[in-house]
Amino acid sequence: MSDTTLSPADLAAKHGLSVSGARPGLTAYIKQLWGRRHFILSFSSAKLTAQYSEAKLGQIWQVATPLLNALVYYFIFGVLMGTRKGIPNDVFIPFLVTGVFLFTFTQNSLMAGVRAISGNLGLVRALHFPRASLPVSFALQQLQQLLFSMIVLMIVVVASGFMPGMTWILIVPVLALQFVFNTGLALIFARLGAKTPDLAQLMPFIMRTWMYSSGVMFSITAVLHDKPSWLKHVLQVNPAAIYMDLARYALLDGYGGGSLPPHVWALAAGWAVVVGALGFVYFWKAEERYGRG
Amino acid sequence: MAVAEDIKDRVAVEDARIPTVICDDVHIVYTVNGGGGGRGSATAALSRMVKKDKTGGASRGMRRVHAVKGVSFTAYRGEAIGLIGSNGSGKSTLLRAIAGLLPPESGRVYTDGQPSLLGVNAALMNDLTGERNVILGGLAMGMSREEVRERYEEIVDFSGINDKGDFISLPMRTYSSGMAARLRFSIAAAKDHDVLMIDEALATGDRQFQIRSEERIRELRKHAGTVFLVSHSIGSIRDTCDRVLWLERGELLMDGPTDEVVKAYQKESGR
Repeated sequence: MSDTTLSPADLAAKHGLSVSGARPGLTAYIKQLWGRRHFILSFSSAKLTAQYSEAKLGQIWQVATPLLNALVYYFIFGVLMGTRKGIPNDVFIPFLVTGVFLFTFTQNSLMAGVRAISGNLGLVRALHFPRASLPVSFALQQLQQLLFSMIVLMIVVVASGFMPGMTWILIVPVLALQFVFNTGLALIFARLGAKTPDLAQLMPFIMRTWMYSSGVMFSITAVLHDKPSWLKHVLQVNPAAIYMDLARYALLDGYGGGSLPPHVWALAAGWAVVVGALGFVYFWKAEERYGRG
Repeated sequence: MAVAEDIKDRVAVEDARIPTVICDDVHIVYTVNGGGGGRGSATAALSRMVKKDKTGGASRGMRRVHAVKGVSFTAYRGEAIGLIGSNGSGKSTLLRAIAGLLPPESGRVYTDGQPSLLGVNAALMNDLTGERNVILGGLAMGMSREEVRERYEEIVDFSGINDKGDFISLPMRTYSSGMAARLRFSIAAAKDHDVLMIDEALATGDRQFQIRSEERIRELRKHAGTVFLVSHSIGSIRDTCDRVLWLERGELLMDGPTDEVVKAYQKESGR
């Protein structure tokens, strides 16, 4: 049959053309994403550098911002409100700083995820790349930011009288799991935010509620000792609380080991794997629709 | 007879040609948030939320813009196709759909390989040095790290950014608009493409750079299978294209040899 009489679809099939902008299969997608790893890395560190490039102090803000954050929370919750209930004095500061830094890590990853697609439509509409590169890249940027905060945290912990010990190694798997969890969240919210940019306005309130119920500035077991125990359990299996409590356990000489929920490592890994995988598949499902409207 | 011969010939030629891009009744619709339906005040937004939606399909506060309406054509290997039409006629939107960057509302775009838009602006960051932007831009276009490293010198030399001192190590926000445009073009033009789409990229930089970039585009054309060029300059369309699509209000008005279409377009637009 001659080309002139073929329908466009048949003509395309005859010459092996593919549908432009069609969603690749999941394995092909993962391969594409892996192929873009250098772009993802370079994009995230570029964002990180660009963040403070106008400031006179420049990159010092990478460390100064988390430090100031910790100071504010210490002043309000440690000095003014005294939420240190059930926590020894010398533990409270590193307890609080660990909590603030790790929660900020998750919070910022999620918030960056909301704007990953909707805030980069120009990029999405101009160039071709697996769109998951963006939320993953933003989550990675937050991980790099956290590593700066970790320097501050180590100093605070040592200054409070906790010497580095073997348990410090545990912070590595904790942060790795939390990073996977955060990336999953960023992917989920990137898709939601691409459809409904209004989430960027709504999410700060939800995040604040989550923060106050995760025991960032108080010990869940100490504050809730007179409340029904199911409430305590619910708050304790919340992923943010798990990663924070494990980090405290690792850095503060086994602090709070007794109040960790049972199977805490399985829970930490479970949250990471489930949310990470779910987020990835959920994001991929709408791959061909990002950039419209 | 002569007519039958002619048709036979044409069929033979069509058969020999290899299609690279096929657009099959493509419609593209943008939805714009907060673009329409009365004023943008809070009360207006509230009343829109409360009232029943009458626009059909589009939800409250949203407006649908039907940018491309049922365009069909087939492009073949070796063709250079110009897109003309007044502002807002859907030229750039159509290019984006061919590149697979804007999903069509209905209809299909079939392509051979991955068509790419000549443009990298969106990936660059003004707060970074030119040097880092070259690397970032190259990676964003899908070049490997090695490729970027190989082409780095070439890109910087071509842009001429360093002709007047070491500017490549300064943040891009310190560049003049002309300098920035030159660097952007140099990065974008560093990659070879199967199907290349150029959206009025020629109008950047000073005269000297324009000549250099036109040369580079001709070079890119040699490597690319098919080239699409959007331009308002009839001169550059005549120089580079052998076929022209004329779009108006999202519809394909004419599709044919450059001379024919350009003549009709000029008659219509009174130039």
